[in-house]
Amino acid sequence: MTALGDALTKADFQSDQETRWCPGCGDYAILSAVQGFLPELGIPPERIVFMTGIGCAGRFAYYMDTYGMHGIHGRAPALATGLATTRADLSIWVVTGDGDALSIGGNHLIHALRRNVPVKILLFNNQIYGLTKGQASPTSERGKITKSTPFGSHDRPFDPLALALGAEATFVARTLDTDRQHLPEVLRAAAAHAGAAFVEIYQNCPVFNDGAFDVLRDRAQGAANRIPLVHGAPIRFGAGLERGVVREADGDLRIVDVADAGEDALLVHDAHREDPSLAFALARLAERPTGPTPIGVFRAVERPLHGAAATRDRERTVADTAALDALLHAGDTWTVA
Amino acid sequence: MGKTVEQRERVVVRFAGDSGDGMQLVGGRFTDATALLGNDLATLPDFPAEIRAPAGTIPGVSAFQIHFASRDILTPGDTPNVLVAMNPAALKANLATLERGATIIANEDAFTRRNLERAGYASNPLEDDALADFRVHRVPMTTLTTRAAEGLEGVGTRDAARAKNLFALGLLSWLYGRPTDGTERWIEAKFARRPAARDANLAAFRAGWSFGETTELLEVQYRVDPATDVAPGTYRQVNGTTATALGLIAASVRSGLPLLLASYPITPASELLHELSRHEGAGVRTVQAEDEIAAVGMALGAAYGGHLGVTATSGPGMDLKAETIGLAAMLELPLVVIDVQRAGPSTGMPTKTEQSDLLMALHGRHGESPLPVLAAATPGDCFETAFEAARLAIEHRTPVILLSDGFLSNSSEPWRIPDATALPAIDPAFATAPSNGTPFLPYARDARGVRPWAPPGTPGLQHRIGGLEKQDGSGAISYDPANHATMTRLRAQRIAAIARELPPLELDADDGAELLVLGWGSSYGAIRAAVRRVRDRGVPVARAHLRHLEPLPPNVGDVLRAFPRVLVPELNTGQLAYLLRARFLVDVRSHAKVSGQPLFAAELETAILEALA
Ligand code: SF4
Repeated sequence: MTALGDALTKADFQSDQETRWCPGCGDYAILSAVQGFLPELGIPPERIVFMTGIGCAGRFAYYMDTYGMHGIHGRAPALATGLATTRADLSIWVVTGDGDALSIGGNHLIHALRRNVPVKILLFNNQIYGLTKGQASPTSERGKITKSTPFGSHDRPFDPLALALGAEATFVARTLDTDRQHLPEVLRAAAAHAGAAFVEIYQNCPVFNDGAFDVLRDRAQGAANRIPLVHGAPIRFGAGLERGVVREADGDLRIVDVADAGEDALLVHDAHREDPSLAFALARLAERPTGPTPIGVFRAVERPLHGAAATRDRERTVADTAALDALLHAGDTWTVA
Repeated sequence: MGKTVEQRERVVVRFAGDSGDGMQLVGGRFTDATALLGNDLATLPDFPAEIRAPAGTIPGVSAFQIHFASRDILTPGDTPNVLVAMNPAALKANLATLERGATIIANEDAFTRRNLERAGYASNPLEDDALADFRVHRVPMTTLTTRAAEGLEGVGTRDAARAKNLFALGLLSWLYGRPTDGTERWIEAKFARRPAARDANLAAFRAGWSFGETTELLEVQYRVDPATDVAPGTYRQVNGTTATALGLIAASVRSGLPLLLASYPITPASELLHELSRHEGAGVRTVQAEDEIAAVGMALGAAYGGHLGVTATSGPGMDLKAETIGLAAMLELPLVVIDVQRAGPSTGMPTKTEQSDLLMALHGRHGESPLPVLAAATPGDCFETAFEAARLAIEHRTPVILLSDGFLSNSSEPWRIPDATALPAIDPAFATAPSNGTPFLPYARDARGVRPWAPPGTPGLQHRIGGLEKQDGSGAISYDPANHATMTRLRAQRIAAIARELPPLELDADDGAELLVLGWGSSYGAIRAAVRRVRDRGVPVARAHLRHLEPLPPNVGDVLRAFPRVLVPELNTGQLAYLLRARFLVDVRSHAKVSGQPLFAAELETAILEALA
């Protein structure tokens, strides 16, 4: 019920499908935040598309009363690229998970970012395979015991943000499933970004990997460990903003007590830096979300867009029959009477 | 000039040289001149997979064959009348294709000790009696070309020698009386920005022509008159790639849907990506995807958005696309997948032709996922078949596989240009919001079993689709056993029902024919030529050719059963024969060939006579 002129509400984005995630799953909070913030954009639901891959996150498309396609494992960025290449008038969102985006779909993810396809990619990172019932994912920590790694995972995990920054994504951010203020803020910034936006959302899976992000999600611990990145502001955190980030002479970033280092020594966050190396260093400040970890917009720069939005032929008008006739007759022709 | 002119009805010329010698270039130009002269023609480029295999070796040989005639012809010719051999390897690699008495024009300058060794010759075949059965003309092409370019500004000896392929073109143009002005204009245009190369190539071309006129080696010039038995109309030359591209654009125009081709580079399908990329603009866009899977995904994403989504690939790429094609079958969205078949398995022989993906196209997906499969018969037929593939995809909301092959995509023939206004309109029939407030059912079906297509942006029709099994009608996720059985049946029925709108299989049968030769795909020309030869012997025979392989035209069973014997020639180990035996319980005999070469009329003639014995 979205007559033009009527303000949209959260209910306009809720589909009639019964949500089937496990009780307490972080996905509920993300769904609610997305449905709650979308009305702000003022885009009618018929011009919004959610495209998903396989995994628990993949079900997201069914719960949004927008257009939606639940695709195949890892391929949502490719499907979304095809749509964005041809339809500049749509707001296209990809919802994916750590296995979907970083394992089976890694190639599509980095190329969608490289091309700067105008899609928003939300990666729900729970550091585990949920839908297939608990195997190690490419973001699972070393030594993690799962059904497929009974003696502990051997392999070094990916940092999704470092990967996205390596692909020189134009918008890279991180937020938390249950942060009802920070999550919509980041979504808002992603929606405002013209090109490809990559948002990692730490998402708790209470069934297979409970508590993976407690140092950030828990109220008390979170206050001490979340390092909020705000463009143009010195990077500092802690309940009393008593800690901060400085850049050493060799370029390394280090966490310091503000009292020792002095306020002027703090690194001022610049999300608009063309060179992604500082954002990369911030992503590596916390290799795992087990201590102080930056959240917020790491990088937001402008670059030419891929596809329909980038060309003059936005409307994609098809040639008429006369032009077709001319095309068929192009080059050397001869006539037989 | 004192030369005699002899009339020929048909001639087969094969240009062969090193891959760096520009044989495809001069072959293509000779073809253009021949087409403009009004001869019927067919061509067969034959080049190595390596871009530059070691110079002078047999794997490095690149050849271009053209068959032209004053009557209608059907194939690029089995055996050349004239072989142009630019080096010993080219001679050695092609000698076996020649019949006794054929003419060989050899660039004797290239028959050096080193080149002879590289080609594996112990002694010079131009000097011993190895070529006694042939009419050999030794022409010092490199020397004559460099001499012709002497004194030209900015042209060094090496640059000049490189133009020797144009010398060969000039000589052959003289030999068969091809007009020169078109070729000279072509050289001028081609090298417009490199005056030195332009002058060297013009000089080489003219030197080749005047060599023919003045040399005493060649006493006879040949004439092949324009073909007279061709239908009236305006013609142009096309290869299968160009015709496919034009067919897709035509379908885009006649459906009003912009076209997106997403492809990943692969031989020989890349040509279509190149071709359509040149037409970017009004309603046509191409993307070079990061991989085969992304390519088909992008095409499907575009189709979801209400566009004509197409992807093209060859053998190994089809394997990778299978999962997404299955998704398209589940989503019931239009998608055109073009498989330019090549010799396999695995990387196989990428530049060689085969028809061995038929059963994969029909069955190569998990689960029950039926879809229409079509195959083009000739380079020009690629236009109509591509148009038909797009029409079926759009009107029936289904992935369609169009089978072409390396032979079709590279071969060219004169093509009667269709009247654009006479092409049928294709109706995408997008869904619109129901006015009476009834809910939108994305999987409700019309009488043909076709579901509504509601691209994003359509107000009031927001809905979700996906790969999970869906409830009949509503499209909601469903794990209900009975519903899955119903949906499987409905998906099969709606594809099978397409048969009702297909034209019946056309039969070309003599009275009293005991044998039906049934073909599909690019062996069309060879089959017709072989059948013509058999008929010339006074033996009655019947012939038919399938464009639609899934679903088959409704009368296929009747046609098969009308003849005591059926022979199916194909470039695989008998895939269509296997299929027809299974479906119709008819004792089909297979004529199978998997050498990477197209079917030849002569070998098939023998097979037909044997089948009749
Ligand atoms: S398995 Fe984990 S991620 Fe999946 S729905 Fe259940 S709680 Fe959520």
